[in-house]
Amino acid sequence: MSTPTFLGMPPFPSTAREALKDGQLRANLGRATATIRDKRLRAIGELPDWEALRETGAAIKDDVLARLPELLLQLEANVTRAGGTVHWARDAADANRIVADIVKRHEATEVVKVKSMATQEIELNAALEDEGIDVWETDLAELIVQLGHDLPSHILVPAIHRNRTEIRDIFLREMAAAGRPAPVDLTDEPAALAEAARLHLREKFLRARVAVSGGNFAVADTGTIVVLESEGNGRMCLTLPEVLVTVLGIEKLVPTWADLEVFLQLLPRSSTAERMNPYTSMWTGVTPGDGPQEFHLVLLDNGRTGTLADPVGRQALRCIRCSACLNVCPVYARTGGRAYGSAYPGPIGAILTPQLRGINQHRVDEQTASLPFASSLCGACFDACPVRIDIPEVLVHLRAKVVEQQHGHLGERALMAAAGATFARPGRLAAAERFGGALLGGARRLRLRGPGWVHAWFGARDLTPPARESFRTWWRKRVH
Amino acid sequence: MRVGLFITCFNDTLFPGVGKATVAVLERLGVEVDFPAAQTCCGQMHFNSGYRAACVPLVRHFADVFAGYEAVVTPSASCAAMVRHHHGTVDPDVTVPPVYELTEFLVDVLGVIDVGAYFPHTVALHRTCHSLRLLRIGDRPDRLLSAVDGLELVELRAPAECCGFGGTFSVKNCDTSVAMGNDKVEDVLGTGAEVLASADTSCLMHLGGLLSRRGSPVRTMHLAEILAATR
Repeated sequence: MSTPTFLGMPPFPSTAREALKDGQLRANLGRATATIRDKRLRAIGELPDWEALRETGAAIKDDVLARLPELLLQLEANVTRAGGTVHWARDAADANRIVADIVKRHEATEVVKVKSMATQEIELNAALEDEGIDVWETDLAELIVQLGHDLPSHILVPAIHRNRTEIRDIFLREMAAAGRPAPVDLTDEPAALAEAARLHLREKFLRARVAVSGGNFAVADTGTIVVLESEGNGRMCLTLPEVLVTVLGIEKLVPTWADLEVFLQLLPRSSTAERMNPYTSMWTGVTPGDGPQEFHLVLLDNGRTGTLADPVGRQALRCIRCSACLNVCPVYARTGGRAYGSAYPGPIGAILTPQLRGINQHRVDEQTASLPFASSLCGACFDACPVRIDIPEVLVHLRAKVVEQQHGHLGERALMAAAGATFARPGRLAAAERFGGALLGGARRLRLRGPGWVHAWFGARDLTPPARESFRTWWRKRVH
Repeated sequence: MRVGLFITCFNDTLFPGVGKATVAVLERLGVEVDFPAAQTCCGQMHFNSGYRAACVPLVRHFADVFAGYEAVVTPSASCAAMVRHHHGTVDPDVTVPPVYELTEFLVDVLGVIDVGAYFPHTVALHRTCHSLRLLRIGDRPDRLLSAVDGLELVELRAPAECCGFGGTFSVKNCDTSVAMGNDKVEDVLGTGAEVLASADTSCLMHLGGLLSRRGSPVRTMHLAEILAATR
């Protein structure tokens, strides 16, 4: 099955423009995000200590980031002691090769997958397919995306851009080529769609010898990996196959078992607006006679060390992938996730993706450089974040890096320089105001035609003209 | 009490009426208003757009101009937030003066809710992101507007949602900005309000530009202009 890729997408303003033309997408997204937004507010409103939990979650993650080398070695020692094998992957290519080698060593031709952002990030599916290995996504929404030859558009709900009629059509059209076909009389009732997916997936769960997962948390002092999910497909993948491979970002650690108490409250309420998620799977290495008898943990850097190097930007590594920031983002609600051109869409993607792609170390490409500007800085994401990532602060911080790297057209740089020079001296500002007022002050409203920024503003909006008399002129006359 | 008025470059140039209204409200309440003429810009556009170096002299200039004032009052939540939250980031050595957004100053410092205004119109309030989430001014504008004689305040369907202006976002991502703005405009039109009010003229310029393009009779007004209106 061919897997589309985010590579080579145009910058955000272009992809957003295309997405905005899709009325169905906007309706689906608007409805879905509004529903989950309200539910989340109710779920967190039940906890009187929500703000304290957020602060604690942030503090635990900051501690992890400050002691990362030590904690990673502790995790490695404990996983190894429990019968697991730990692999270290510097980048996506490393990680993909490690996973592919494990699968091939077992002469397996297919893997079942638990929903995982890390494997989306490294585009593992495409890499395994290149090696002739079939990859079956088993999360319902990931299945919809995969069968639809589509890209995910949300961290938690990858098919949020699809409505149920579209899903029925995808199942009817695509399931047969991937395994058990959908019933010919399939309706768009949620229960019927879920049943079709269940039957389609069941034979894969029972047949596959290798499973690939991500992980929500890894407990350093016990070597335990934790996966939270809602559908039970994860539990199937994590228990039935002989071999389990988990790809885990190195920032996913918590120091101790007790720290999970905080995150198992923060994550479900922020992501699905549930008090508790339906399935929480935890495993420590290998248990003889029970579950996978071979366990591999692939610890993934892929830009995380470079992110950690930036004192302001590193807070993005606190992220627990809840997607609350997506659900409250007015930009995301209108453009959808695919416009961001990355596995991590929305506000967190706008600060995480550029850093994982090395913006702290080198000049990035134009698409990556456009991401920190994909925000009106409204601040709703910061308020929603369960680990208090100040996303607007990091966005502005990264914008400064983009400007330093000489992105952006000359017109903008000239305009900013001119504005800076004007504001440097009150006399210059006053002169500019007199000039603008004399030129345009008679107009009730401005409606201009022109290229670039002129069209960007005036394409849909009028503009207030400069006043004939500025405030400072009025004040001077009034006083004297 | 004597305060320094920070008019903001935006209001100075485009919306001088907002400054005049701010002066009128403050003087009516017995505040002595001073306008240091050397003031220019808080640097928000440069800061938020990534032009950090160009921002430094503006931040220092601001501190020089307003040094010594017991309080600085500004009719802009956005610029007040820039000074309060970000001037120290731009230059850690700068002494940031105490800057109050107008409704904060009226409610918290003067302790006034009824400013003696008369405005017999239906008003919808656009809460503005920087009012809500950076300054946390909460319901101060509501309380002030509710005390205005003759005024009927109506609530938007999505009062906390961004209007899509976002400074240079409005042109860099103009399609998304306009989509957000049009949704806000629909929300406003749905209330039947005659006037759309806000603590920031930047949002109002964007929303007013969309309303004007539609030929809508809904007027945009800064809160100060409503609070300054009398019989």
